[in-house]
Amino acid sequence: MQYMCLIYSTEGSGPQPGSDEWGAFMQGYNDFTTKVREEGKLVAGDALQPVATATTICVRGGSTETVDGPFAETKEQLGGYYLLDCVDLDEALKYAAMIPTADYGRIEVRPIIVWDN
Amino acid sequence: MMPPTHDAILAVVRKDWGRILSVLVSTFGDFQLAEDALQDAVLAALKSWAVVVPDAPDAWLITTAKRRALDRIRRNQTLAKKTPEIAFFLEHQQTDPEDGTPMNIPDKRLEMLFTCCHPALEPKTQTALTLRTLGGLTVEEIAAAFLDKPATMAQRLSRARTKIKVAGIPYKVPEPDDLPGRLASVLQAIYLIFNEGYAASSGEQVLRCDLIAEAIGLGQVLCDLMPDAPEAAGLLALMLLHDARRAGRTSEHGAMIALQDQDRSLWDTDQIARADCLLRNAMRAGMVGPYQLQAAIAALHAQAPDWDQTDWPQIVALYGVLMAVQPSPVVDLNRAVAMSFAGNLAEALAVLDGLSDALDDYSHFHAARADMLARDGQGIAAANCFQIAINLSGNAADRQFLQSKMGRIRLQ
Repeated sequence: MQYMCLIYSTEGSGPQPGSDEWGAFMQGYNDFTTKVREEGKLVAGDALQPVATATTICVRGGSTETVDGPFAETKEQLGGYYLLDCVDLDEALKYAAMIPTADYGRIEVRPIIVWDN
Repeated sequence: MMPPTHDAILAVVRKDWGRILSVLVSTFGDFQLAEDALQDAVLAALKSWAVVVPDAPDAWLITTAKRRALDRIRRNQTLAKKTPEIAFFLEHQQTDPEDGTPMNIPDKRLEMLFTCCHPALEPKTQTALTLRTLGGLTVEEIAAAFLDKPATMAQRLSRARTKIKVAGIPYKVPEPDDLPGRLASVLQAIYLIFNEGYAASSGEQVLRCDLIAEAIGLGQVLCDLMPDAPEAAGLLALMLLHDARRAGRTSEHGAMIALQDQDRSLWDTDQIARADCLLRNAMRAGMVGPYQLQAAIAALHAQAPDWDQTDWPQIVALYGVLMAVQPSPVVDLNRAVAMSFAGNLAEALAVLDGLSDALDDYSHFHAARADMLARDGQGIAAANCFQIAINLSGNAADRQFLQSKMGRIRLQ
């Protein structure tokens, strides 16, 4: 099964570029990415630009409404994702817990829909 | 021979429900299909067992449920497309006896317990699903136990089965690394079922006493299947000890009686002895945990000939260990209460002073403090505290109980 691990945190919280913790934090991400790749779990993964660059659209009554920003005004924002191929939810949760941001943000784990045809 | 009644057939089904459903779910890998097929088989049993119950009713139900599952797959195109491997498996499986003769049925209940109590499900959902799947309670019975509408409960259960399937919650005993945390979640679900029954058993609902029996039954299954888990035995011992005192806990009018005032001759001494034996064996493993500690405290209460001869210093010590293992203000409150009876009333009141911020909204905290103040001769302060406790209590029986205690101080 494929699981999307969505990485949420409050922008500006956690280790910041230039700080002492930043290097170790980034190294943590490098290590995790290497680990899931080598263990055959990685399908895809990316970091996202800050939420200020987000645009949300929705289509209502046939016309597209475009909104500046993310869909919901919450404190925590989607900052990146990993798409992992795991045998079950237990394995996916185990890997999700290794994502460095899990230490101060949250990782939402959602299965990917497999379309019949 | 008299043909079996409808109820007798349902009783047979209920006894084996959890074991059979666990086997079917692990065979099909599909919770909903397994449960629907078993329901079909039960309906078939009500007809065909009316003449005679087969020698091995469990084998009969499993064989019938597998056939009914296949019927369902054949009838339902979508289901057939989604579950080709199940259909193939069922078509080609010829090993089951046709006539319900005994067969070797694997026990998959432990796997099922871990699935139903998966932390990816809400605690309430975990307990409800466990009661439905392993206890064989009907949706109506579970809804009544949680004071929910049957339709709401049915929806909750159905969502849970869907999440298990779609999110890929496995049907397996967790890996050793994950086991302690996952076992804690199973123990908690079983204890929640017990407490749901125990906390409400002062009412008139017989069904809630069923929840106590159900929780103890599940605790027993867990102990049988995980003989090397001392906390599982600790939980079973704890539930047995609480339950052994049930007859002394309420008056004939249903009012709650404090431990201090209970008629100890009403306690079930055989059950207390059984729990004590279970606990002693568990503690020999040297892996003490919160359930064993709470059971040890309950055992000291259960074995004391009366309130005054309770081994209070030992109880204080056990609460101290419990504080180290699982610190919480409520545990500290209980430790202080035990201290007050162990002869350290002043020290106990000082502990309560330190807890007043954390427990200011907790009725039992103010009730405990009131009781200690009264014993310390501070009648007015005690009455004030009782009043705070009464105002904070959400339960009519509790309020009545506190009122009567407050009344007794004023008479002194």
